[in-house]
Amino acid sequence: MGEAIDLPLIWAAILSLAVFIYVVLDGFDLGIGILFPYLQSDTQRDVAMNTVAPVWDGNETWLILGGGGLFAAFPLAYAIVMPALYAPFILMMLALVFRGVSFEYRWRDPDHRKWWDLSFHWGSVVATFMQGIVLGAFVQGIEVDGRAYGGGWWDWLTPFTIMCGFALLASYSLLGSAWLVMKTSDDIRDIAYKYSFRMALVTLGFAAVVSVWVPFQSPLVWDRWFTTPNFWYVAPIPALTLWTAGIIFSAIRRRRDYMLYPAVIVLNTLGFVGLGVGLAPYIVPHAVTIHEAAGPDVSLGFMLVGAGLLLPVILLYTGYSYYIFRGKVTAENGYH
Amino acid sequence: MFELFDALLLARIQFAFTVAFHIIFPAFSIGLASYLFVLEGLWLWTGRDVYLRLFKYWLKVFAIAFGMGVVSGLVMSYQFGTNWSVFSDLAGPVIGPLMAYEVMSAFFLEAGFLGIMLFGMNRVGKGLHFAATGMVAFGTVLSATWILAVNSWMHTPAGYEINEVGQFIPVDWLAVIFNPSFPYRLVHMTLAAYLTTAFVVGATGAWHLSRGSQTKDAKKMLSMAMWMATFVAPLQILAGDFHGLNTLEHQPMKVAAMEGHWERQKGAPFIIIGFPDEETESNGFELEIPYASALILTHDLNGETPGLKDVPPEERPPVATVFWSFRVMIGIGTLMMLIGLVSLWLRVKGKLYTSRPFLQWATFMGPSGFIAVVAGWIVTEVGRQPYTVYGVLTTAQSASPIEAPAVAGSLLAFIVVYFLLFGAGVMYILRILATSPNKDELPMGQPTRAAGTTPVASMLNVGEVAPQNG
Repeated sequence: MGEAIDLPLIWAAILSLAVFIYVVLDGFDLGIGILFPYLQSDTQRDVAMNTVAPVWDGNETWLILGGGGLFAAFPLAYAIVMPALYAPFILMMLALVFRGVSFEYRWRDPDHRKWWDLSFHWGSVVATFMQGIVLGAFVQGIEVDGRAYGGGWWDWLTPFTIMCGFALLASYSLLGSAWLVMKTSDDIRDIAYKYSFRMALVTLGFAAVVSVWVPFQSPLVWDRWFTTPNFWYVAPIPALTLWTAGIIFSAIRRRRDYMLYPAVIVLNTLGFVGLGVGLAPYIVPHAVTIHEAAGPDVSLGFMLVGAGLLLPVILLYTGYSYYIFRGKVTAENGYH
Repeated sequence: MFELFDALLLARIQFAFTVAFHIIFPAFSIGLASYLFVLEGLWLWTGRDVYLRLFKYWLKVFAIAFGMGVVSGLVMSYQFGTNWSVFSDLAGPVIGPLMAYEVMSAFFLEAGFLGIMLFGMNRVGKGLHFAATGMVAFGTVLSATWILAVNSWMHTPAGYEINEVGQFIPVDWLAVIFNPSFPYRLVHMTLAAYLTTAFVVGATGAWHLSRGSQTKDAKKMLSMAMWMATFVAPLQILAGDFHGLNTLEHQPMKVAAMEGHWERQKGAPFIIIGFPDEETESNGFELEIPYASALILTHDLNGETPGLKDVPPEERPPVATVFWSFRVMIGIGTLMMLIGLVSLWLRVKGKLYTSRPFLQWATFMGPSGFIAVVAGWIVTEVGRQPYTVYGVLTTAQSASPIEAPAVAGSLLAFIVVYFLLFGAGVMYILRILATSPNKDELPMGQPTRAAGTTPVASMLNVGEVAPQNG
């Protein structure tokens, strides 16, 4: 089994897919949390909350699959990355606790709804920012000593990772506002369009900054992107990004409710692929490759049977759940 | 070395704290999901409104408990790596895939159908909604199955080899999953979850009855819960006994600590009360039943049972913690069985819903399941010390290379945040329980919010009415 099939590569692909699905799904939940204070009334906030109430829990499960899958398929990478990014991960978890409980609590306790709205907002902001820092720290590289993290406890805190935190805030806000455009109408949709435009500008600005900064941060990426013939293979990515940006602005200008969110997903896909191209075959950049970190084939093979059977079913009923709750949410037809 | 010990101790406290908080919510939501499934099924079968009212009532509680379980569980899934990275690296190939199966087969199932269960009754129809409730209930039990396979493997590791870098490599998955302690632990924990929920439901019914609100709903809650106590509590004691015998076979030092036995002996007494002292290797003040321990553990009055002195001190678990937690657990178990028997007697005499002392007792027993669950987990987890993988990998070898201040900071943050947020959640659950099931719902057939949803207006009621009532 092991010789014929490259199990670590398959699992790297599955986990990349899980993280990507997490980003585009929980990205809009978190984005709504980030934009929460910019909604103008309790009714608008109720509606925004109701657009995600039936699905957020499923969305967050992809993050558990990302973490649990890394543990299962690449235990060495998990054992190196988690302690290296101890503070950002702990803060992300605490922030997700604040965010997660506020979904129910704000309906239960109208007297303190303001507090739970703040908890929802800041939980979303901090969780997103920490995910950005994790991503940035990952790209800039993690020091490894033997089978453990070998760096200092604040290595993750650099101007680059801070920039990545802000970049992810912008990116998730765009996902959130594009989702609201698709799921709401009237005054709340107008606000969502306004912020979609602003956040699209900011996100693309960050994309440009990241594109310039990353190659200097990581020689690996430089090598991938700026030497021939590699350049000609990856050149379509920035070209497609510009094209997608055009579609996004056109969707905003022409008020195409159902075109914006898919276009934003495409934008995220391109960024994700661009990053993946820059980092492969490393799972801890510059230090540990996918194959070095992978668990034994007997573990990966056993899991692959389950993943092959279960992931399609998961996608099916997740899709079904979205289908059930399809359509615009208004103040009258909310679930809460 | 001193500092490393500090960091290790802090990491252990952090794991114990976060997992003890976490287990409360799944224990409740495993039982509650099944209870909701039964209620909805009874409603569809009999068409009686009381079941629908109870379903909607407990669904609100479930939504809060489940949410708290999800977010506190997310913390657990990352904490293996942040604080126990060496353990993760070494044991990952064995337990990682089992946890991945838990995520793929159970978490997604629960999360995917939870939305439909909570908000979808008017969108999918009764039959499909019932199926969604069933999926969630099944998901909770399936999740428990996988995670208990993982936990049991750490107690009774099987089906593995160790490779050149020290990693546990699975050689026989069936042996890994169905390791020697798994079936016992699964049965014991699932019954514990059902009993925990039953006692919360029963206490809610009893509380409303004792305040003179003799509604059908309150009677139904108390009655259903007491049937559980009557039949499941004795079953649980039996399951616990079998689990204990299995532990005696595989982890004799844990049993020696539970019993407070220092010497290997024949015809050992059961120590009801005692004060184990690790310095003197003896117990202060003992109240004991002669031969009882030998009889329970070996089914022979003169059977031989192990003592802590069989192994050097550094291989023994912390004795007093295990000893006392065990007594808390079996004390509560005995009370549960007792109230089950008393309820049967009162039921026959027709006084189940009116006997004041009984109703007060049943109310008092409301949180007993949670205490027993946490105490039971302390027995089994502290009893495994000083190992993470019993007999093979020590806890000290398992920890991440994280400095003490970092762990102290995160531990403090977890304590503050958990008490604040989960404290609020428990308060909201109690507020719901303080309202009567047939008071706070809007009439059926509201024009825009159909059955199965929880309209804002009724939430407002929950928030405003409860304090005045309470």
